[in-house]
Amino acid sequence: MRDMIWLIPLLPMLSSISLMIFSGRLPKTLVAFMGAGSVALSALLTLLFAVNFLNNPEPVQLTLWTWIEVGSFNPGVAFYLDGLTLVMMSIITGVGFLIHLFSTEFMQDDDSYARYFAYLNMFVAAMLILVMADNLLLLYLGWEGVGVCSYLLVGFWYQSSDNGKAARKAFIVTRIGDTAMALGLFLLFSELGTLNIQAMGEVARTTWQVGDTMPLIACLLLLAGAAGKSAQLPLQTWLPDAMAGPTPVSALIHAATMVTAGVYLIARTHDLFLLAPTAMMTVAILGLATSLMAAFTALTQFDIKRILAYSTISQIGYMFLALGVGAWGAGIFHLMTHAFFKALLFLGSGAIIHCLHHEHDIFKMGGLRTILPVVFWSFIIGSAALAALPLSSGFFSKDQILLSAYLMPGVGPWLWFGGLVGALLTAIYSFRLVFVVFFGSVKTKPDNSPGLRMAIPLTVLCALAVVGGYFTIPVAEVFPPLGDHHPAFWVEAVSIAVPIVGVAIAYAVFLGGQLKVDGLKNATSGLRQFWFSHWGMDWLYDRVFVRPYYGLANLLSSEPLDRLYELVVSASQKLNQYLSDTQTGRMRSYVGSMIFGLIFVLALSLGVL
Amino acid sequence: MLEIVLFYIASAVALAATIMAMTRTNAIHALIYLIVSLLGVAVIFYLIGAAFAAALEIVIYAGAIMVLFVFVIMMLNLGEAGSQREQQWLKPSIWLGPAILASILFVELLYVLSAVEGTASVGAIPVKEVGLTLFGPYVLAVEIASMLLLAGLVGSFHLGRRYLERSDEFFNQPNAVIKETNESNDSNEAAKTNEQNLSNQKTAPEVAWKD
Amino acid sequence: MEGLNVPLNHILLVASMLFAIGMLGLMIRRNIIFILMSLEVMLNAAALAFVAAGAHWGQADGQIMFMLILSVAAAEVAVGLGLVLQVQRRFKSLDMDNANRMKG
Repeated sequence: MRDMIWLIPLLPMLSSISLMIFSGRLPKTLVAFMGAGSVALSALLTLLFAVNFLNNPEPVQLTLWTWIEVGSFNPGVAFYLDGLTLVMMSIITGVGFLIHLFSTEFMQDDDSYARYFAYLNMFVAAMLILVMADNLLLLYLGWEGVGVCSYLLVGFWYQSSDNGKAARKAFIVTRIGDTAMALGLFLLFSELGTLNIQAMGEVARTTWQVGDTMPLIACLLLLAGAAGKSAQLPLQTWLPDAMAGPTPVSALIHAATMVTAGVYLIARTHDLFLLAPTAMMTVAILGLATSLMAAFTALTQFDIKRILAYSTISQIGYMFLALGVGAWGAGIFHLMTHAFFKALLFLGSGAIIHCLHHEHDIFKMGGLRTILPVVFWSFIIGSAALAALPLSSGFFSKDQILLSAYLMPGVGPWLWFGGLVGALLTAIYSFRLVFVVFFGSVKTKPDNSPGLRMAIPLTVLCALAVVGGYFTIPVAEVFPPLGDHHPAFWVEAVSIAVPIVGVAIAYAVFLGGQLKVDGLKNATSGLRQFWFSHWGMDWLYDRVFVRPYYGLANLLSSEPLDRLYELVVSASQKLNQYLSDTQTGRMRSYVGSMIFGLIFVLALSLGVL
Repeated sequence: MLEIVLFYIASAVALAATIMAMTRTNAIHALIYLIVSLLGVAVIFYLIGAAFAAALEIVIYAGAIMVLFVFVIMMLNLGEAGSQREQQWLKPSIWLGPAILASILFVELLYVLSAVEGTASVGAIPVKEVGLTLFGPYVLAVEIASMLLLAGLVGSFHLGRRYLERSDEFFNQPNAVIKETNESNDSNEAAKTNEQNLSNQKTAPEVAWKD
Repeated sequence: MEGLNVPLNHILLVASMLFAIGMLGLMIRRNIIFILMSLEVMLNAAALAFVAAGAHWGQADGQIMFMLILSVAAAEVAVGLGLVLQVQRRFKSLDMDNANRMKG
């Protein structure tokens, strides 16, 4: 079994390529079988491998071939699987398969059915390569692959130019992060001489001391790459606009897998981050800040997918916070539970959108509790997990993060407090969504119910969102242990109570009507606008980067540098004009100039001049 | 003693006559002055002992070349209108610059020549000696000079021919020309077609009176 | 007769003065005839210098040079006056500035 793991990324890749070659000529059923089936097979193989691994927890190192061989630099196409990889692979193939199944019904009426599955499969293959890679170069290959697929899928309905713009925005913003990451790779290679992740850790420990500047710079560059891919400050502006893609795409790429690639990267290179405590603190503060900003924004949004997008940014901020304080396992655990409940929420919203003729505004929905019961229960369970209500999966993971944050010496309690505020807001906005959409009067009537292929993934994800908290992920061997302290009991009690308070507030405002916030709304409408525009980040980037860039491009489009060369041309033309003007054709001027020359030469030879 | 005075008088005459020659508007007047200048120079030649040169100066220079000038001027028949034009062309603004240049040149020459030592002549040079030197060391120069004269002869003969006037017809526009009487009976057809071929690409020259 | 007791540079000075005057005439005049006359003056001045130099050394070479200059002047005048005739025929005027086809 261990020798067959290369099949896991290969199957979706093959399916993707054949779908691309034969797209349009295959019947939709066959496309669905190929698309979803390849990921199902990968999931099955992953399951078999998981069983094998859990019995025999020895990391697998499998080299397929040497990719590049230049001097001492010879990264191979090689896989390294340990517990962390296994967790990621399970999420990708498992949740991925469910989303593929959901898509077969969601995209049923679309003409570009085959193209959709081709892209989606290619994404799964690239993501698998990313998590299975044993050196950073192969990881970067997967990294770029998922970026491209994200672009292709966000701009899937390319007929509308807005989708194209959103896709470009996603790609360009992540590209900035990717470039920083590439610089980090260059730096790491030049300093450490290898890009093999396991080897890098050992070499780094001997080469650098804790607190050196080199690891700090390298880690900050890697962090920039991770921030780009995972939509953290300052590169998070692309994710809300990326909701222009089909909803299953948002579920897979922008909730469960691609945006978690940044978290995976930092977790993978934890050996390096441990050598740069400043970088880790940056990670934590960055995560917290992003989380709070996104949470405030989600409060004011009315597009169902945008609420979930900001929620994703916020939750990944929590994961970054966990990684930053050194709670690697907690971060990965939250990644897993987040994959479950966020995919659940996105698929649920996809079902709603599908049944309500692509209506996105939550204030135009209402009372769907009785009409779409499956979706209702999915949302209840998903939102409960999101808000970290007790006994849901999200509760266990978020709890671990907050407690680990509290235990950090120094700014720990402040981080914990920030996390609490975020948790409160999370509860408020997630249940705001639930109460507005599913309770109250029906404003738009759905004309069909979700079919079986939509209902099954929703149900499975519901189950996972509930029981996922009881899993123990096999990452104990991977990460250094955190320490065995326990905070005071009141800390835990507050952490548990805050989400419940949030739900109560949401209930009071949106459902029960006990709290009237109209006055508050009018008073703070400016603040509300500020939060709605995501703290003005789009406006800021437009002013600071986009407009100067366009200005520069316009300036350069008139080719100012060519003027320099044209200067040479015009100078020689003028010289030509001047010289030909001296050819008057008249004898007297020639005679005059001859005599002048005679005098001059005579004076020279006399030594007078 | 007398020769020295004579020398200076002759030089003064030559210079004055040349200046007059340069500044006359009537061509014949200028030529006469020029002849006087040449005579003055001939006197200088005689005084320094170069009698043969003096004779040559008078006979050939003043006697042949200047007479040729006179013949051509009389043939061209410029008349009073020519004189008027000349006056127009001799304004102060025109001769100021050249005068400066000429004076600069003169000053330079002055500077050079003032360093020359020695007397003008050491005695008369007999003509016989001139002849011996001419056909002795310089016999090649004589041959070449004769060839030069042949070239000059052929050239002036060719340039003076009337048939060249016919090429005017290819150049001039119908409205421009006062045709001269065409009495060429030596029309060389080959030469004419050569002229045609050469001049087909050229444009017509200006024909108007330049006043 | 005996040698003339005039310093050589006086004669050369006279020659250079004649040359300068001839040059002046060459630059000023627009009529071709006068230009040719100025050329003659300049040639004459050069010839004077040659003869004077020859007399200074007491050799005949100066006069031989003078003869060669003379023949050159003669040939040049002949050809030049032929050209004058052509110019007169073509442009109906003796203005030197008419012959400016080499312009530009």
